[in-house]
Amino acid sequence: MANVAYDLDLGAESAPNAACSHCGLPVPSARRDPDRATQFCCDGCSAVYSVLNSSGLEAYYQKQNAAERRAAPAPSRLGFEELDQPSFAEQHCRNLGRGLSSVDLYLEGIHCSACVWLVERLSRVAPAVVEARFDMTRSVLHVTWELSRAPLSAVARALDSLGYRPHPAGASTMAAEQRRGDRAILLRVGLSGAAAGNVMLMAWALYSGAFGGMTAEYVSMFRWGSLLITTPTVFGAGSVFFRGGLAALRTRTPHMDLPVSIGILAGYIGSVANTLTATGDVYFDSLCTLTFLLLVGRYLQRTHHRRSTRASELLNALAPATARLVEGEVTRLVPASDVSPGCLVEIGIDERIPVDGRVVTGSSAIDASLLTGESQPQEVTVGDRVHSGTVNCVAPIRVRVESVGADSRLGRLVHAVESTQRERAPVVRLADRVAGYFVLVILATAALTFLFWLRIDARHALDHTVALLVVTCPCALGMATPLAVSSALRRAAQVGILFKGGEFIEELARPGRFVFDKTGTLTEGRLDLVAWDGDLEARALLRSAEEHSSHPIGRAIQRALPKSDLVCRTVRELPGGLSAEVSERQLWAGSIACVAADVQVPRWASVLVAEHAANGRTPVVVVVDGRVAAIAAFADVIRADARSSLERLRALGFELEVLSGDHPQVVQNLSNQLGLPFVRACGGASPEMKLERIRSLRASGQRIFMVGDGVNDAAAMSAANVGIAVHGGAEVCLAAADVFTTRPGLTTVVLAALGARRSVRAIRFGVALSLAYNLVGIALAISGHLSPLVAAILMPLSSITVVTLALRSKTFEEGCT
Amino acid sequence: MTILFLILPITLVLSGGAAIAFSWATRNGQFDDLETPALRALDDESSHEQRASSAIQTRSDRNG
Repeated sequence: MANVAYDLDLGAESAPNAACSHCGLPVPSARRDPDRATQFCCDGCSAVYSVLNSSGLEAYYQKQNAAERRAAPAPSRLGFEELDQPSFAEQHCRNLGRGLSSVDLYLEGIHCSACVWLVERLSRVAPAVVEARFDMTRSVLHVTWELSRAPLSAVARALDSLGYRPHPAGASTMAAEQRRGDRAILLRVGLSGAAAGNVMLMAWALYSGAFGGMTAEYVSMFRWGSLLITTPTVFGAGSVFFRGGLAALRTRTPHMDLPVSIGILAGYIGSVANTLTATGDVYFDSLCTLTFLLLVGRYLQRTHHRRSTRASELLNALAPATARLVEGEVTRLVPASDVSPGCLVEIGIDERIPVDGRVVTGSSAIDASLLTGESQPQEVTVGDRVHSGTVNCVAPIRVRVESVGADSRLGRLVHAVESTQRERAPVVRLADRVAGYFVLVILATAALTFLFWLRIDARHALDHTVALLVVTCPCALGMATPLAVSSALRRAAQVGILFKGGEFIEELARPGRFVFDKTGTLTEGRLDLVAWDGDLEARALLRSAEEHSSHPIGRAIQRALPKSDLVCRTVRELPGGLSAEVSERQLWAGSIACVAADVQVPRWASVLVAEHAANGRTPVVVVVDGRVAAIAAFADVIRADARSSLERLRALGFELEVLSGDHPQVVQNLSNQLGLPFVRACGGASPEMKLERIRSLRASGQRIFMVGDGVNDAAAMSAANVGIAVHGGAEVCLAAADVFTTRPGLTTVVLAALGARRSVRAIRFGVALSLAYNLVGIALAISGHLSPLVAAILMPLSSITVVTLALRSKTFEEGCT
Repeated sequence: MTILFLILPITLVLSGGAAIAFSWATRNGQFDDLETPALRALDDESSHEQRASSAIQTRSDRNG
């Protein structure tokens, strides 16, 4: 009864020189083939490699940066027939004439320049493609192809064969609106920048004139020239601030735009009056610079928001678009939308179930990990319910349809994600909260200045008040936060943390509770062979019997054990196990329930089985020639850095909770193994229950950070204050998350929390600094020493210090955890 | 220095022209995607080559 668990672990980690020829990840010992020049970690990589080589695209590997290498997505091998439907073409494709059509496809899994290079050479794989242009910002590929030579599904299959699964790019109206907004703000920035430069040149002349002497006609000309440029800048490019200020007044919510509008308007009116009467000072240069710098801040803020969320669209794409409808003796492939309750559909092995319904013929195992987070496949037989989006693993089944589309469980989940995202209240940014007090202080000091000077020198009272309002215009404040945030976002991206918006940095910096999903988040998210007790010879038999299995346990065996050359005949998948004839010997492997009826289970075996089951592992009884030969145990192992990361989070003052869809016993074991004081470790939570739990926690005033990886977490993540998706998560989950990490492990989550705190400290410092500058300005204005020249120097100076500070502050850094 | 009275309006006209050109370029989508072209520039085999070859391909297809 040799326990070779350690032996197996070592096997997977030794010989690091065997890297996958496609993705560069270590190749499991079982898949290593020393006789070949190329090694692959999985069938997906091997398939993509052969496609690339046969189409002359090997240069992809040279373009790849070693640091960018990561688990490459495997081809899904779907048919994509739904893309050929006339209704799809009508909605998404454009006819360019001369037999050419174009379409926008959203691609999964693009992450580096080598990927871009590859997909833009799509014509080598799909000759019908005329042009393919990729837009990294939206992750959308614009494809032009000849419809007469190939249908769109062929183009989609070509993309899929490269490992980039295409989706329809979806609601183009929203994207168009977004683009219009981007262009508008860029136009404002550009035009106000040009205006600021020109007005500054004239101001330069005016200032030197003031010192060296300048005749009134020239002074007046430069003033009028400045006025001519400033007017469209302030009211054209700068109109956003007035609109924002008015809205802030109307809704009575503090906003940066209010003090900005007051400052700009006061400065403008004062300057125009002085230009008309040819007296006093003018601030045209300061006004233009202000507008420009604030618009730059606005532009940065806008670009913080990465790809628009497409969670619901991606979620919908989880259910296959086609179904095999059973009509009497024949089956027919139809669009899933044509299937109605009461119909009969057939689902083959390894296919995704398109509907909710009950099994009427066949029995199989369903991998529902994507939908519910259960790590072990569920055995189903006649009468059991199955849900759309889950995968049929073992044998073909026929299902009587109960609900489809929006009424299915997946459909309701989509709806939940959509509605929670809509209901979400916007985060009040630090800068806006400061702005509320700011307005009051400015108005009060302005009134004081005016009254003070009215008694001493009534002629200049208005001039000094205008000077105060111009110099206190929160230019540095308006720049400081967006800049600090964008620099933090950039640094975060460098260490593999992608924030979808700056506000999430501010949220994550506050105390709160981290709620973790289990499967795939705290654990690796797949079953691995963790123990083998008994006859070691039986391993080779089992390996060869499981050679082609797609059952999670079969896959675990393929990964863990070396490939054997034993001849395997007549493999039969049974409910809860399999039987096979391997080199003249009869092999039978399965759950204890599956074998106990026909085989005498010795005492040592049943003790082991009970022990494994109690510890949350899945025991498999291996029977050779009617005798129990060995007990294998499978478990979803905890990530190597889970314990240290969680400990660190707790040290940072966060509360911890586990909320899993897996069996409560498994969750309990995990929590015991980690040995950390979780506030709560709860299992058996369906996606709906997770959502409910997060909602109720938030209702009780808790700030919740939900960390997850699966579709089952998507709704809960969008309901949390900040949803964090860990590396390797489903694309849907990434779309629903506010933050996602591009490196494996939980260390990045700690880094995110830590970096967020540092960033907020940097933001606060920037705000304090710009307020200090304003204080100096106020003092100068009240004492009557503020000339336009001083204002023109003070304002850029404060902006420059704040900008430098923002760019230099260390926020997200590797190794600082 | 009277030349200033001429130069200033000329400057304004020129900057006005630049402003119009910039607004055309923006509205035309020239600045929509600032990320991907930067990656493309690193290719040894420039993408216009590829486009040219696919254009030739389509032309020959059409002829044949």
